Amino acid sequence: MPTHLANEATLVAQAQAGDAAAFSTLVEQYDRYIYRLALNITGNKEDAEDVLQESLLKAYTKLGQFQGGSRFCTWLVRIAVNEALMRLRKRSPQKEVSLDEPVEGNERSLMPREIEDWADNPEQQYAKVELNKILDETIAKLEPNFRTVFVLRDVENLSTEETAQILGLSVPAVKSRLLRARLKARELLGEYFKKGKTVGL
Amino acid sequence: MVCKRVIQQLSEYLDGELDSALLEELSTHLERCEDCRIVVDTCRKTIEIYCNTEPLPLPQDVRERLERALREKLGKRSADESS
Repeated sequence: MPTHLANEATLVAQAQAGDAAAFSTLVEQYDRYIYRLALNITGNKEDAEDVLQESLLKAYTKLGQFQGGSRFCTWLVRIAVNEALMRLRKRSPQKEVSLDEPVEGNERSLMPREIEDWADNPEQQYAKVELNKILDETIAKLEPNFRTVFVLRDVENLSTEETAQILGLSVPAVKSRLLRARLKARELLGEYFKKGKTVGL
Repeated sequence: MVCKRVIQQLSEYLDGELDSALLEELSTHLERCEDCRIVVDTCRKTIEIYCNTEPLPLPQDVRERLERALREKLGKRSADESS
């Protein structure tokens, strides 16, 4: 997520007073981040587009409820995450996605199996579009409970506290899931980035 | 410190949240354990790559549909408020 906009408070106040242009200016800063977030959580372009539209429209409708106690982007992300999780639940009702369910694995499952060093600046071996594809596919392979935490913390750069607040989780629960997510993402990326990996051109 | 403990503390270490005593223990372990060093380095790299990746611009068709939807909704509210 981009850092706090200098004129954000003014734009929010103008938008709350019914200035549609101010609202458009505000969301233009975040729309591609919200789309990426939705795509990463749902893993589906159609759902991501629906989430983007719905969450921005909802944000506009509920703008009066935004108190300014948190950053505007955190408030917007919370709406988008709820929309995205709702889509996931709709799509797989038999496999209910609950962020509350415990995800403790055993200690042994935490220990990395792949221990191989990476090439220097491995991401530079790939073109931007290809790198984005690798990163997206890696996220899609994470379990939903780990994925959402990883996306908020390490992709959108929100704090542990903000992530906990948005997901309604405790800080220790966020940290525990983040650790597992990071280890899994590391293992998956190792396939592309390890030393001696030949990248087809 | 044993390897298992390093892995348990990995996130806090990379996020700079370890207290100084633990940090020293972990750093000492990393100096002599190559496996842990590799895991820590590649995990740090994983986070850096994700943190530093800017999202691609919205696809043109997605942007057009979004702008249309916002125009309709925002226009409707403005019209409702002025009537």
